[in-house]
Amino acid sequence: MLLPRGLRIALRIASAATLAFIYAPIGIIVLYSFNAARVATWPISGLTLDWYARALGNAGIRNALLTSLEAAVGATVVALILGSLVAFAVQRHAFFGRQTLSFVVVLPLALPGIVTGLALNSAFRTLGFDFGLFTIVVGHATFCVVVVFNNVVARLRRTARTAEEASMDLGADTFTTFRRITFPAIRSALLAGALLAFALSFDEIIVTNFTAGAGTQTLPLWIFTNFQRPNNLPLVNVAAVFVLVLSIVPVYVASRLTSGTESTGRT
Amino acid sequence: MTSPAQNHAGKRLRALSAALYRHPRAQLGLLLAAPLGWLVIAYLGSLALFLITSLWSVDAKTGNLVTELTLKNYVTVATTEVYRTIAIRTVVMAALVTITTVVIAFPIAFYMARLASSRTRGILVVSILLPLWSGYLVKVYAWRLILSQNGVLNGVLEPFGLNGPGYSDVAVWLVETYLWLPYMIVPIYAGLERIPSSLLEASSDLGGRALLTFRRVVLPLALPAVLAGSIFTFSLTLGDYITPTLVSNTKFIGNVVYDFVGVAGNQPLAAAFAMVPVTIMLVYLFIARRLGAFEAL
Repeated sequence: MLLPRGLRIALRIASAATLAFIYAPIGIIVLYSFNAARVATWPISGLTLDWYARALGNAGIRNALLTSLEAAVGATVVALILGSLVAFAVQRHAFFGRQTLSFVVVLPLALPGIVTGLALNSAFRTLGFDFGLFTIVVGHATFCVVVVFNNVVARLRRTARTAEEASMDLGADTFTTFRRITFPAIRSALLAGALLAFALSFDEIIVTNFTAGAGTQTLPLWIFTNFQRPNNLPLVNVAAVFVLVLSIVPVYVASRLTSGTESTGRT
Repeated sequence: MTSPAQNHAGKRLRALSAALYRHPRAQLGLLLAAPLGWLVIAYLGSLALFLITSLWSVDAKTGNLVTELTLKNYVTVATTEVYRTIAIRTVVMAALVTITTVVIAFPIAFYMARLASSRTRGILVVSILLPLWSGYLVKVYAWRLILSQNGVLNGVLEPFGLNGPGYSDVAVWLVETYLWLPYMIVPIYAGLERIPSSLLEASSDLGGRALLTFRRVVLPLALPAVLAGSIFTFSLTLGDYITPTLVSNTKFIGNVVYDFVGVAGNQPLAAAFAMVPVTIMLVYLFIARRLGAFEAL
């Protein structure tokens, strides 16, 4: 479309400004994690790696980091299994309630997180589950299924079934065909889905807050309980950078894996 | 060489494979058993329980759950002045955030979809998706530092004799807008990209200037995409209790629900109040679907 030159320049500037708006706070938190002073004043007084050393030496942060990793890996494994199963069922079979099932998969992300959190909280209490790592994993897996599902469905839709049929015609059974043909075709979609699920789980707080219980802390929960303690401020900054890196890097790798051909959007 | 045992196992696997091939229903059953168990029974079951919980009550003396059905909680939510104020405040905030994100999202989405080279577009799409997916709490916390008394914003504004919003409703508006902006950019970008160039050319051939073409052609065609994005911005703002906690002293629906569970230990009342955003979202989704937003998702 032909646009007046002035308008084109204005759009370019607006886009650059929007990107700057999106990334400035992220840059600032990274900068603050190296801040020499205890308080977050501006401009910062000097740079230091001291807080990183102290954060790594802090038992609370280390335990929380470990819990977060365990929860994210657990949720990712469950999401991988359930998400791929639903994807194969929906994409390869016609059955009653197929549309509804696709909708139910998306529901945990579409409803406000507080509703999912509260609902799971009530269920765990009523059924008498002890709150802890297990309940965190259940909560995370529930909303992570959709990202694996989306990636695998998109890939299956684009993968012709002829290769599978050829494999079977040549005498391979269902399992051999899956191992040699289907799985290699969806491998990178599975990996991308797994990375997104990991990222989604790693920085989750809204649902986690309702499913963790008093004794267990993920890294985001540690931040949430410490952000008001002035003494811990520099450590919170470092913990925030940990969460940021461990959620943003998987998303970046996932986006490279699917290189824009598949849905990295939430729906 | 395969051992007899392996061979035997191989035969059974092959027999199973053949059986599954002949009975696609059995195959489907195996595929669906675990996911249905988890999502339908566990998740939908929890949601149903949540709905029922809102009809229970808590014994004021003992603090125990009373599982007799009552509409008491809903009456409390509807008739208590402060809860009404908070509900209205939250909905207004969600609407403001939605409008602001549309205004900010449009120029960059348009640039991405219509002006950028395919290389730049690829980089921009990834740059928008990264913050969409990650670092929610970290971003809210970053804003808490930025908006603090001696923070970045006041530091930057001071030479001009200005002051940042501090921790306030304006701060909540700013931070929610920041958080959910990518959720608006992505669908609008996708929607604008789908508009055929021929339509825009036709408009300009017929004498439509850029602004007129935008208003009469681009905007109506992008409306479903805007609605799709607004589902996210609206829903996410309605349920957010972290942002108000970190950057304001005001209570929103999410905070009250959270306090009902944690501080007051009143699950039933929490569930009843949480039905407010759920109901709003269901109505919203119904209207959005009527207006064609689901095709734009």
